[in-house]
Order: sequence, then structure tokens, then C-alpha cells
Amino acid sequence: MKQRQNQNAQAPTLLQRLGGIKKTTRTDFLTYIGVTVVFLVMFVLQGQGQLSNSLSGQLVPICCYIVMAVSLNLVVGVSGELSLGHAGFMSVGAFTGVIAAQSLQEAIPAGGPRLLVAILVGVIFAALAGVIVGVPVLRLRGDYLAIVTLAFGEIIKELINCLIVGWDENGLHIIFNISGTQSVNNLGLSENGIAIIKGAQGATITRISTFLAGYLLIMVTLIVVLNLMRSRSGRAIMAIRDNRIAAEATGLSVMKYKLMAFVVSAALAGGAGALYGLNFSTLVSSTFDFNTSILVLVFVVLGGIGNIWGSIISAAVLTLLPELLREFDTYRMLVYAIVLILVMLVTNNEWLRQLPERVRERMQEKKGGARP
Amino acid sequence: MILFLSNLISGISLGSVYALIALGYTMVYGIAKMLNFAHGDVIMVGGYICFFATGQFGLPVPVGVLLSVIVCTVLGVVIEGLAYRPLRQAGSLAVLITAIGVSYFLQNAAQLLWTSNPKVFTSVVTLPSLSLFGLTISDETIVTILACIVIMIVLSLFISRTKLGKAMRACSEDRAAAQLMGINVNRTISLTFAIGSGLAAIAGVLLCSSYPTLMPTTGSMPGIKAFTAAVFGGIGSIPGAFLGGILLGIIESMAKAYISTNLANSIVFAVLIVVLLVKPSGLLGKYVPEKV
Repeated sequence: MKQRQNQNAQAPTLLQRLGGIKKTTRTDFLTYIGVTVVFLVMFVLQGQGQLSNSLSGQLVPICCYIVMAVSLNLVVGVSGELSLGHAGFMSVGAFTGVIAAQSLQEAIPAGGPRLLVAILVGVIFAALAGVIVGVPVLRLRGDYLAIVTLAFGEIIKELINCLIVGWDENGLHIIFNISGTQSVNNLGLSENGIAIIKGAQGATITRISTFLAGYLLIMVTLIVVLNLMRSRSGRAIMAIRDNRIAAEATGLSVMKYKLMAFVVSAALAGGAGALYGLNFSTLVSSTFDFNTSILVLVFVVLGGIGNIWGSIISAAVLTLLPELLREFDTYRMLVYAIVLILVMLVTNNEWLRQLPERVRERMQEKKGGARP
Repeated sequence: MILFLSNLISGISLGSVYALIALGYTMVYGIAKMLNFAHGDVIMVGGYICFFATGQFGLPVPVGVLLSVIVCTVLGVVIEGLAYRPLRQAGSLAVLITAIGVSYFLQNAAQLLWTSNPKVFTSVVTLPSLSLFGLTISDETIVTILACIVIMIVLSLFISRTKLGKAMRACSEDRAAAQLMGINVNRTISLTFAIGSGLAAIAGVLLCSSYPTLMPTTGSMPGIKAFTAAVFGGIGSIPGAFLGGILLGIIESMAKAYISTNLANSIVFAVLIVVLLVKPSGLLGKYVPEKV
């Protein structure tokens, strides 16, 4: 790199400079620019009121799902472990974020900074959950790992379902409602106190999420994930994915690198969860169940495992797809299922996959035949 | 003591249903090496067919159960042929997502056909309940446990004694070698799906007899639990599925009775996690060392 720059040191034009950048760096920058352009277009359209109500309502959830998909891709694609409990981390992030945002209402009246704090809280707690889950789970392999992540996702869901949390000037009041007999009245809140999470009835929230925050979160996620993938650690993670035994033999700590990918992914999911939670006025823990984990996994697999661009596009398209299929009315989820099956069948069909190659060969044969 | 025993028996009964469902998971996993997520929804279809056959059309119970077994068997074979067979050479994730697609499809098709209003299933078992030493055991419980034991014995004999069973074992051990020995692998896999789905139908009828609410999503949670049971016992192992199912049922019933209703599922899953950490291939699973 340096040498090439020196050669062009006289007057390196912009194009030459771009040509000198590594290919991966160029793709990464294109990703950032692409996301930014789409964001700006949508932002302007939204400002002018050109978007339908249902679409504007979907903007923040789409951002959250993009972050979820990109972060899950870090585990499934880059680290090569099948996780079926990603929604659990989203849930941890969402509820801790909501607790932070609701209890800081007086301390930080402005929505933006409060959202930032909430997302940070969500990230930290989800990362903690990632460590707690990851340390035992990552010792397992393959389908066993998948089922245990699924189990953890369900456990997190049920634990949050038992939480009753309130806030007053004395601080947070938390009850863990195992017997199912306690309610908000047992919290002992003062008169100015507010109930934040009411067990199975879920949380009551002042909405503060914005599309801009969603965009920024996507950018942070992309920067973190792409840079991790291109770094020394990222290469170690991929080496372990490709051949664990060989990687171990070269002295890489399998546990350390797997845990790194897992925790970063959990932390990002926590951020997405906080943003998602603060986008609605109520939130229940069953929102983040097994089906949500599966939904995000579908985004990752359809977008292409290990492909960040693919995750972004498929998360956006598939979140919008039920909306776009609205004309099918009651049949739309059925159509969605059929589309899903067909896409998997078509993309994995050997005959169709080799079609472009065969066409090219045919063309070349024709050219060759024409030669005298 | 009576309370403990009655909890234990209801746990075994619930566990028998899990065991029947888990058999479907474990057999399919053993042979096709895939997690068939649509299996839980086949249970739901089985429940609905029996509900309509006996409730709506007034057919006698044995006919209704038989009809539901036939429909589910055909359904299983059709699903395998249309959705999974084209992906035999594809990666495991692609098959997993397809299975999830099939699961969505079945749930939504059921919702369109039969609406999402819960149906009240009338129990197919109409025997007097049994009283032993002051302990009352409901007729559904007895039939469920007996059905599970009979099916387990028949299935074990089928797998170990018949030629088709031998073919199934060969396919699960080494598919390529089995093919070289003249076994029709595709047909064997279809057969596995047929048996698994037929068992799912029976499990569906028994499940709905004990817990009589029938909805398009009825199958998903028992499906996940049974899958957990299969992994718990060692996935791919038939006695393992039986043991895992029964233990899971007992743990769930005990947790509900003595610890917390809200956390029963969490406790089941926590036990699973602990078992897997101590014995990573499940209770009766074979440990396959990794070769370089």
C-alpha cells in the first residue's frame, strides 16, 4: 500500500487513491455509502410525507431487524455456530433499555440522549447475558449448541415474564414474581412512582426511538462487525470455523475467539432490542420468542450466510414482504411460507445453479464452432 | 405422598406424549441428519383431523384416530418428497430453513382452513378412571401411557427384527455404504417420515385428549419440548427419545407442582442444559470422536 502511494506521490487523483485501497475495504465503504444513501432517500421521503403510514411505522423495526441479522450473521456466518436464541439477547436489551429510559425520564428530559443511554444499557446487559450464556454453551457443538441456545432464549423469556419493576425517587424496585401471586402493588412505590414492567402484562413505554437513531445503530453495527471480520481476531474466528482442529493446532484459543464473536453479537442484539422496545408504547416478553429468533435466522440464511450485504437486504425486504403481500390479504402469511420454501429450493438447485455456466459454455462452443 | 404420586403419574403421561413426538424427531435426525421443525405442526394437523372426524362427522373414535394417522402419514411423506428431498445434497442450514418454511405453511394453512379460534377437543377415551389406594388416575392418562409403551415395543421390534428396520439402521449409520448394499435410501427416508408422522398423529390425539384446546399453534410448544427431549436422551437414539420424553414430562410436572408454574419450562430447559454440559451427546447418545 505504502509503496504504491509513494509511486503516485506526485499527484494522486481520487480515482487512483480509490484504486489503491484493498478490495475488502472498498466493499466495506460501498456498504456504508449504500446504507447512507438509502437512509437519506427514506428520510427525505418520510419528511415530505410521501411514505404510507404502514411503511413509516416499519422504518425503526426494519433498522432493528437489520442490526439483528448482521449481528446474528457474525455468529452463524463468521463463527459458524447455529444460534436459535438470538431474540433472547434482544429481549434482555429491550427490557433493560426500557427500564433505563423510563427511570431516567426526569434526569434526562431530552429524548435523544436518553435513547443513547438506554441503548448503551441494553448493549451492556445483553453482552453480560452473552458471556453468561456463551461460556457454557460454546463448549457444545452443532445441533446441541443450537438446542441449548434455543433453551436459553426460552428461559430468558420466562424470567422476564416474572419481573415486576417500578421506579420512584428512592430508586428501582424489583420483584421477582415466581409464585405468580404478586403484582405492582407489592412494589411499595411512593406516590410519584411509576410501574415500568408489570410481569406478564409487559412494560409501558414512552416512545423515543427515531429512524435517525436506527440508522446510526446500523452504521455502528456495520463498523464493528466489518472491522472485526477484517481484523486478526476475525481471521482467527473464521479459521476456527473452517477447521477447528487445525486452528487449535496453530495455537488459537478456540473458546476465546468463539466467545468474542458470540458476545459482540449479543451486545449488538441488545442495542437493537433497546431501540425496538422504545419504539412501541407497550412491550411484552413473548414478543421475543423462538419465532423471532427463527425469523432473524431466516434473514441471515436467505441473505447468504456470512454475507453482510445479503443480511441487510433480506432483513429489509422480508420485513416489508408481509406488507407488500397485503393484496393477498388473509393468504399473505401462507404466500410468505411458500416464497420461503421456494427460495430455498431454487437457490440450492444444482441444475439452476450451474445454468449460467452452461449457458456461457454453450456460447463459447458456438463461437468456437464458427471459427474455420 | 398421594399428591406426589399423582404428580408423578401425570408427569409420566405428559412424558409419554413427548416421547411419541420425540421418536419422530430422533428417527428423522438419525437417518436424514436434519432437524424437522415441521414435526410439531404435524401433531396439530393430527389433532384437527381427529377432531373433525369424530366431532363434526360423528365417526367412531377408532376410525377417527386411524383417519388422522393416515392423513398425517401421507402428509409426512408428501412434505419429505416435495420440500426436503430436493435438498438432500444441500447444507444443513438450508434444510433447516425449509423445514421452518413448512412449519409456517402448515400453521397458516390450518389457520385459513379452520380459523384461529380454539376448538374444544372431546377426549377420545371414554373409559372409567382408575382408583388405587385413594389415588385417582384418569382414563386418558392410562391410555396414553399404555399406548406409548406398546408403540415403543412394536417400534423397537420393527427396527431390530425386520428387513426394513435393518435398512433404516444401515442408512443412519452410513448412507453411501447402505446405497452400495442395494438399499433404496430415498424410500427408506420416506418410510422414516411416514412412521414419524403417523406417531405424531397419535401423539396429537392423545395430547388433545388430555389438554383439550386445539389451535393452529397447538403443536409448536410440545414440538419444541419433544425436540428437547430427543436431544436430552441423545438424538438419533430411540430408547433415548423414550427416556428423554418421560424424564422431561416428570420434571415439568414436578416443577409445576412444587416450584413455580411460571417457570416450569425454564426449569425443564435448565435441566437440559446441565445434562448437555455434563454429557454433551445426551443421556444415551453415542459419543462420536472427531477425526482429523
